[in-house]
Amino acid sequence: MSDPVDVPAIERVEGTGVPVRGNDIDTDQIIPARFLKVLTFEGLGEFAFFDQRYENTGPDAGGDGLAAESEAAEQPTDHPFNDERFRDGNVLVVNANFGCGSSREHAPQALMRWGIDAIVGESFAEIFAGNCLALGIPTVTADSEEIEALQDHVEAHPDTEIEVDVAAETVRYDGREIDAAVDSAQRQSLVAGEWDTTALLGANPEAVAETAASLPYTQ
Amino acid sequence: MSEGTLYDAVWDRHRVRRLPSGQDQLFVGLHLIHEVTSPQAFGMLEERGLEVAYPERTHATADHIVPTDDRERPYDDEAAESMMSELEANVADAGLSFDHPDTGRQGIVHVVGPEQGLTQPGMTVVCGDSHTATHGAVGALAFGIGTSQIRDVLATGTVAMEKQAVRRIEVTGELGDGVTAKDLILTIIGELGTDGGVGYVYEYGGPAVESLSMPGRMTVCNMSIEGGARAGYVNPDETTYEWMAETDAFEGEPEKFAERKQYWESIRSGEDATYDDVVTIDASEIEPTVTWGTTPGQTVGISEPVPDPADLPPEDRAVAERAQEHMGVTPGEPMAGFPVDVAFLGSCTNARLPDLRAAADVVEGRTLADGVRGLVVPGSQRVKAAAEAEGLDATFREAGFEWRGAGCSMCLGMNDDQLVDDEVCASSSNRNFVGRQGSADGRTILMSPEMVAAAAVMGEVTDVRELDAAPEVAR
Repeated sequence: MSDPVDVPAIERVEGTGVPVRGNDIDTDQIIPARFLKVLTFEGLGEFAFFDQRYENTGPDAGGDGLAAESEAAEQPTDHPFNDERFRDGNVLVVNANFGCGSSREHAPQALMRWGIDAIVGESFAEIFAGNCLALGIPTVTADSEEIEALQDHVEAHPDTEIEVDVAAETVRYDGREIDAAVDSAQRQSLVAGEWDTTALLGANPEAVAETAASLPYTQ
Repeated sequence: MSEGTLYDAVWDRHRVRRLPSGQDQLFVGLHLIHEVTSPQAFGMLEERGLEVAYPERTHATADHIVPTDDRERPYDDEAAESMMSELEANVADAGLSFDHPDTGRQGIVHVVGPEQGLTQPGMTVVCGDSHTATHGAVGALAFGIGTSQIRDVLATGTVAMEKQAVRRIEVTGELGDGVTAKDLILTIIGELGTDGGVGYVYEYGGPAVESLSMPGRMTVCNMSIEGGARAGYVNPDETTYEWMAETDAFEGEPEKFAERKQYWESIRSGEDATYDDVVTIDASEIEPTVTWGTTPGQTVGISEPVPDPADLPPEDRAVAERAQEHMGVTPGEPMAGFPVDVAFLGSCTNARLPDLRAAADVVEGRTLADGVRGLVVPGSQRVKAAAEAEGLDATFREAGFEWRGAGCSMCLGMNDDQLVDDEVCASSSNRNFVGRQGSADGRTILMSPEMVAAAAVMGEVTDVRELDAAPEVAR
């Protein structure tokens, strides 16, 4: 293995919030499929929640590339990602089953490139949470009442500092502390700075070859 | 935790080591790649100076962006052309096998894998696509991964995974006439919820599952992720072995087949296996099932009324209200009779030969209803060729359908096959999310291929079982 990659430990994320409400927000909503026609993830941030953020962007606009798409989008909605008060928010606060559907890593990539560093929600779809972990974005869960209270608070006080403590499994804001949960493997990977697993998985090629050779179908 | 299941057996056979995080490092028996989620991974590999560790266990196809009408290169869509070219270059550099459209084997990744016998019982299969669970139909442990994980698998031949719980979904009784594997899985998702399977792998079993053909089992396993389960599988049995024997991997190789079959038999869930959860579903109570909303869990039997959000559990109400507003459906009324503009027969869920045969049976002697656009997109070039050999293409064409080349097409609208404005699509695909089929206002109703065919010829959602009695369309 060459070129070691810098993988920082992520024990906590601090910043302000952006509430995106609703259960079952799927990855097609987070980033529509027409924006997946790219060879790198660069520049995907501006397409996060695109069809929720703009009206009148039909398929006709999609055929001429992303630039045309961007120009064709004229009518911003009241989506929180269009709200200046939340523009610097780096802690996304969501409800249940966030990120369901397609495995497209473009979804967390778009959120990360928009500026999201951590997501707090009631629950997450598995592949989405795994993709977030691979980017070093914690997906932290808490009870629905706590989530809604946090969303309400951020809505009313956008400048509130939120501290997502991955190691301690808590979320602190406005003098309050919420009990949160972080999947144990996710917590250990983030806190140990081992969330980019390529080097870890590449460290034992002999053992991998041995396992491969033990399987009847590799003969 | 589960014990003695196929999941446990396959996991153990592929486990290389326990990682510090508590995850396991699993060897990947088959890594399937396609043009949309792999180029970024190859880019990362290059940045890090890494190479593909197990090229012989990596197989490529092109499906998501491939045009289904004019397939002449270069493609009209520049972005699609660049993705295809990138895949060609990556595949050539790494020396990977590739179902290029010129080979006659190209198709949707979850159709070509089982079709060619690349996917085998007792194998670990990963792909940068959430519908990878499809391959569980042959008794493989198959799951979707993201692009960073594709990078991991390319670079190391392994993936970091947490072992999950196993839920046995025991389907008793038998499916009635006109009721299919699609209706079964839509019912399962409707009952257990779109996040009911989070943390679980689904083992589908019981008489109604065992009596399904391999393509039927693929339909069921395919939509596991729609129920929140990252993987789903069916234990291999005689139906599986017959399927495998006819694939490229084993055709004319009885000795290899006999030897491999011993392994396949050895990984089946034991009679005394322990499951973390067991759910029983009675197949005989299922009727043709369709979605009324914008998640695959918002389903209803064709004779039942669309639910009133007020009657749903509190946490489901807001989603249901938004969904009904988007769809324009009315609580209390059945979906039967809801007008459709487009009929889409295709996708990794339902575009295999038996799916097309069943739809053609319904279409035979009938024509598309006025104003309905019909699209048939076979799952692979081989499915297409086999269907043409039986004359299915003629049946569809005579009815007014377009007969297209293989690809993902209107399931997710990444090529030109898209809904326009607020068109309603009767679709044999797997997701009815808002915007899924290419138009932000588009409306998708999921159903079986037979039901899509019925909706296409009637111009509205129709119980396929009642179609024969409709005098105005009978020949």
